[in-house]
Amino acid sequence: MEIKQTALAGTLESSDIQIMLSKGTDGITIDLESDVEKQFGDQIRKVITDTLAEFNIDNVKVKAVDKGALDCVIKARTIAVAQRALQTQDQPAWEAF
Amino acid sequence: MKNNVNRELPDDVMNALDYQPYQTTNIGNPDIQRVAPSVHVQTGDDKLVDSIEDVVKATVKDGMTISFHHHFRNGDFVFNKVMRVIIDAGIKNLTLAPSSLTGVMNDMVIEAIKAGTVANITSSGMRGSLGDFVSHGNLKNPVIFRSHGDRARAIEHGDIKIDVAFLGVPNADKLGNANGMDGKAVFGSLGYALMDAQYANKVVLLTDNLMPYPNTPASIKQTQVDYVVQVDQVGDPDKIGSGATRFTKDPKELKIASTVNDVIVNSPYFKDGFSFQTGSGGAALAVTRYLRQAMIDNKIKASFALGGITKPTTDLLNEGLIDRVMDVQDFDKGAADSMHTNPKQQEIDASWYADPDNKGAMVDQLDVVILSALEIDTKFNVNVMTGSDGVIRGAVGGHQDAATAKLTIISAPLVRGRIATVVPDVTTVVTPGDSIDVLVTEYGIAINPKRKDLQESLGHLAGVPVYTIDELQKMAAAKVGTPKPLEFTDRTVALVEYRDGSVIDAIHEVKD
Repeated sequence: MEIKQTALAGTLESSDIQIMLSKGTDGITIDLESDVEKQFGDQIRKVITDTLAEFNIDNVKVKAVDKGALDCVIKARTIAVAQRALQTQDQPAWEAF
Repeated sequence: MKNNVNRELPDDVMNALDYQPYQTTNIGNPDIQRVAPSVHVQTGDDKLVDSIEDVVKATVKDGMTISFHHHFRNGDFVFNKVMRVIIDAGIKNLTLAPSSLTGVMNDMVIEAIKAGTVANITSSGMRGSLGDFVSHGNLKNPVIFRSHGDRARAIEHGDIKIDVAFLGVPNADKLGNANGMDGKAVFGSLGYALMDAQYANKVVLLTDNLMPYPNTPASIKQTQVDYVVQVDQVGDPDKIGSGATRFTKDPKELKIASTVNDVIVNSPYFKDGFSFQTGSGGAALAVTRYLRQAMIDNKIKASFALGGITKPTTDLLNEGLIDRVMDVQDFDKGAADSMHTNPKQQEIDASWYADPDNKGAMVDQLDVVILSALEIDTKFNVNVMTGSDGVIRGAVGGHQDAATAKLTIISAPLVRGRIATVVPDVTTVVTPGDSIDVLVTEYGIAINPKRKDLQESLGHLAGVPVYTIDELQKMAAAKVGTPKPLEFTDRTVALVEYRDGSVIDAIHEVKD
């Protein structure tokens, strides 16, 4: 599935992650910026990819700026940005939680 | 070869530099021989020199060891002025042996390494762009990191033989009598620089404030000084100290600080005449505030406070809650000013403070110390040198030395952002776990199992949960996950000495 619009969720505060989704045609591509890239880069990408898969999004450009967020925060921000991008934020995807 | 904290040390580097692996915190009672500097005899009438160029020309030659102090911290102008002249003079292969390197010196050190001016470095630490530069293998020879006490030991032993010391001072007379208290860019105690003044073959003072002769009180004496150079400005007073000390409002730091206070107050060492040392971080300053109240409530006074001094500590001195402050450096202007006005605030040199090879150092008399940590592992080993990415970004400082105290407390949050502070193995061992007694986090404390006596006195305090350090480590891992191991090359970029001069760990080039 492709997204309907560009969307943003999260802040640049410490322990948060800001994620932007925009339309893409080349699968899920993630551009990640993180101070903990060396130690947790793969894990951050995996949480984002897995969460997007729950929304059946398979073609999207992801720009993520991480400030040391924990997995639960990354998942929450990804859900929020996915629903905004799909324009489904009025119907929370409870099963994704 | 492996040392006694289970660190694999590079045989080639260890052998080439004739180093022994770290074995024990116990210094013992060896007989040692100290060295003495050479003296070029003069009456002292011709010490005043017009320019740094002239004095560099007269003193610095290829291959020499030169030194600086870091009491101006990020307000230092002296280091860059002198190094500029040395680089431009085309001098090569120097060993740089400052008491430490601050951020304002980074660009100049990198330029000096690239130009071949500097070939070796020994320092307490380095941060920022210089730490990054060294961690990426850009200096051929490994940096030697030494604690403040170990630097004093190495100078007295002749392991560091300083040819020329360039020491910035906020005042001096034409023969070189100087202190750190009068003038524009004042920093209080000259503690670390006193070693250089006493042991360097050539001592060059740089000052922006030439005083009538004789200038007193004199911390550095005319008997030690070869040249006095007048410069326009030795430092930026606004960047020397941290300014007015503000108490933290961070609830996590306050929780840690109040728990540290609980640990101290309930330890067997909290009694009239006890002694303590705190650092300058937010939590350490808050501890001083809690401790003040506890001392008033329990009618207990301290015999001395030690180390790097801040205004909250000198306030306790003025209140009569501490009898003496033994001052090797001042972290803020309040503490620096207090040294001027209060004779109970004694300036001490780095040897008196912390040199293990001594007839008694102050740290040997210390009851309680509160120290910080970037990482602490399940063996209680502490890292204050390399960041979570393996890059050099810290300093040994007085960490290993002060950890000699009877009660050594590490105060640190369990996690910082996504980085665990309590880990299975620290990236770099700086202070051995044998020196550490209690870890205080916002979640509770862990007591070193070797301290059965403390398990008894601190094991059942109201509101202070006690965990094993393994439990705290697992708690941290459950929050942040398990990080991918850092990758390093085989190349050794730095060695960390223990305070006795043995090697406690090696730092390797990071792989990017």
